[in-house]
This record gives sequence, structure tokens and C-alpha cells, in this order.
Amino acid sequence: MCLALPAKIISIDATTDRAIVAVGDVKKEISLALVEGAKVHDFVLIHVGYALNKISQQEAERTLEIFAEAGLSGEKPA
Amino acid sequence: MKYIDEFRQRELAQKLAASIQQEADHDRQYNLMEFCGGHTHAIFRYGVQDLMPANLTFVHGPGCPVCVLPIGRIDNAIQLLEQHNVILCTYGDMLRVPASGRKSLLKAKATGADVRMVYSTQDALKIAHNNPDRQVVFFAIGFETTTPPTAVAIKQAEKQGLKNFSVFCNHVLTPAAIQSILDSPEVRDIGSVSIDGFFGPSHVSTIIGSRPYEFFAKSFQRPVVIAGFEPLDVMQSALMLIRQLNQGRHEVENEYTRVVTREGNLKAQSLVAEVFEVRRVFEWRGLGMVPNSALQIKPRFADFDAELRFQLPAIQASDIKGCECPSILRGIKKPTDCKLFGTICTPENPMGSCMVSSEGSCAAYWSYGRFRQPENKTDREGVAV
Ligand code: SF4
Repeated sequence: MCLALPAKIISIDATTDRAIVAVGDVKKEISLALVEGAKVHDFVLIHVGYALNKISQQEAERTLEIFAEAGLSGEKPA
Repeated sequence: MKYIDEFRQRELAQKLAASIQQEADHDRQYNLMEFCGGHTHAIFRYGVQDLMPANLTFVHGPGCPVCVLPIGRIDNAIQLLEQHNVILCTYGDMLRVPASGRKSLLKAKATGADVRMVYSTQDALKIAHNNPDRQVVFFAIGFETTTPPTAVAIKQAEKQGLKNFSVFCNHVLTPAAIQSILDSPEVRDIGSVSIDGFFGPSHVSTIIGSRPYEFFAKSFQRPVVIAGFEPLDVMQSALMLIRQLNQGRHEVENEYTRVVTREGNLKAQSLVAEVFEVRRVFEWRGLGMVPNSALQIKPRFADFDAELRFQLPAIQASDIKGCECPSILRGIKKPTDCKLFGTICTPENPMGSCMVSSEGSCAAYWSYGRFRQPENKTDREGVAV
């Protein structure tokens, strides 16, 4: 029920506030009624046919760096 | 960046596991509740438990909207079909949830009731457009993630002057439920389950932000880490909870910063506030009557409220005898403590709601073979090392 997927915006129809997004190779039509200022090529989190929010690439990269760093301290002898 | 595979990398999982093993204090127990069924699902599917130290327990919480809906509300939905002859639109997960008298929406459909499975509230609106001579009701369930799409549909229906569309609203609120778990006498007094910290919801928090958890992190002195649904997110969040507990802190931290901010999605919040108001009290399966824990449609949109349109009565219905869902939803029992688990109750023939949705604890135990351990570790995929 609460599962949501990251999807990339392929095109936007401004008159209907709808967009075509790609989830992997699959294309879907969704509503942009819940997000502000989404642009083509942005990644959004989609859920029951709506984009819930934009995904920040910068923050995603930072999180991945944190994972790698956390691991480093774990490699030190205890 | 695809935002999926990157968060499932095996090497990073190994590194995180090493950190967790190193930082966890072996002289204490860590009972960490994942509120959301999405986390429960990820923990089982990727075998995250196997990477954790023996003194860390995941306590599965009630965060599965299908699991917490009381039977009486499903009985109401069946009334709409049988007594009012409506077209009932619902998300797929609801179809097989057992109602009173061994009924379910699926069984009602088999005997001729017009139940339509929809993917989105937009589909429900379309069905209303295409069937102007029928009453169409959207069976709305879910936490803060699914509420904004319902709000959009109600506003659209009003704008389009749709006279044959209404919503049976069962939307519930997450922070109220977490508070109720911490308030429950079993957790507070008896100590049969002690919860040291919480994994905060992923997608609910994209809408409401991390701020609503600050109040109870403070008042109940439990750390909360908002965690993404991928396995590495869960592991990193476990590490963050362990660090807080080791340092005696109880703050709200956010691991899922790629989508969650402190403020959340303000546009979605304002849509919800326009259409819905807080219900004084709502019944949760497992938690009982929880004050201020659900939403109802505001009087201004009363024309679209199926409860008013069809005068639905409040139904008190009891759970199927022997089903332990209520205790499982509070984290007090495990699916394997239920006598019906895997014998009478399976995903093909569920007796309780926890066996229906893939986010339910019983379904997760069954599907990923956790209960067969340690003999059989082969039927899972994922990051286990
Ligand atoms: S196994 Fe079935 S009957 Fe038992 S608690 Fe789970 S859902 Fe209920």
C-alpha cells in the first residue's frame, strides 16, 4: 500500500498537470497535482498514480557517501 | 542514478553490517520498532536481520493500512455493495481482507457485486464519468501517503460537478498511532515488549515531514530515525538508532534526506487540510479506539462523503477466533505465536488482515520463510552476506 517507486519524468502536459514517467523501461502516466515545479528529467517518487515528491540527487549522493564512510570505521580493528 | 540499485549494494551492506557489529554494545538489548510494513517487507526480503547482531531485534509495528482497518469498516463496504448497489472502487489489497461472516470484497464480487480494483483515484473518477446512472464509491484507505490523492479526487469531482461520486473515508494518521503504542499498558507497565527506538516511516514522511515526530521523541524519550525503504537505508538507520541509544540521546534524525525534509510536502498538506478534518476517534485493529487518529471529510465537501450519503452505521465486529493480529500489530506477539499461522491461515486463504498485504507481518513471515529458519535460508534474495 505504501510502496512508492522512483521514476524519471519524460514529458509534462501543463494543461492537465499530468506527466509521462519512466520506471526502468516501463512508461506510466501520472498526476503532478501534488508537487510544485517538477521538470522533465527530474526524478519523483510515485505512488497510486501520483508524484508524491521530488527526489534530490545531491542528497542521494550524500547518503551513499555516508554509507561508505560508516563502513570504513567498521573496518578498523575493534 | 536510478535510486534503487545503488541502495541495495552488497559491499556497502557488508561494510554497514561491520560497523553495526562494532558499535552495538553487547551488554544491552536493542528493540527497534519499524512502524511501517514497507520496512518489515524490506527486512525480510533482503535478510537484513541476518546481518544484525544477536542483541538487536526488529519489532514489527502496525504500519500496514490494510492490516489496521477494523472489520466493521469492511462490513460497511459490503453493505454499500449489497444494500445500496453501488460500484465500489478499491485498491487491490483490500479485496481479500476477511470481513464478518467469512465474507470479503472478493467473495461479494464473485456473487455479482460490482467491485472494481483501481490503481489510482483518477481511475475511480473515470468510472464515475462512464457510469452516470450508477453511484460510484471510492473505498479510501491508507496513511498520509494515500490521503493527498483522495483529496485531489474530491476536489476534481466538485469542480466537474460529479453527482454520482463519493468517498468512504478511512484515512488514518501515523503519529497518533505511534503514540498510542507507547501509551498502551502492555508497553508501558507490563514490559512484555519494550521498544527502545523507532524507524520512522519513509513515504508518509515525504508528505508530513520529520517535524511531527519531534513531540513524542521528546515526551516518550525514544529516538526516531526516518528511514528509506531500501535495505541499505534500513541498515544505516539501525546504526543511527544504535548510536543515539549508546549516547543516551532521543532525537528525530533523518536518514531518508533524498525525499524527506523537516517540513514535508506543503502543497499536499494544504490540499489535505482543505478537504479533511481530524476525526475525534477511530478504531484501529489491534490498537482499539485511538483518539484523533483518523480523518473525515469536511462539511464543505459533505456531498462527497459516502458515510453521510448512505447513512452508514458504526459496526462493532470481532476478529476471527484465534487470529492474533491485534497483538502482532502492537509488537507483542510474532506471527509464529498464532496457532492458525501456516496451517489454516496462508496468503491464499487469509484468516486475518496481517496475512493479506505483502506489508503485513504474517505474510512477510510466510513469504520469506523466516519461520523455517535456521534450516532453510535459501529462498530469499538480496544483500545477505
Ligand atoms: S497467521 Fe493469520 S490468523 Fe494468525 S495472526 Fe496472522 S493473519 Fe491472524
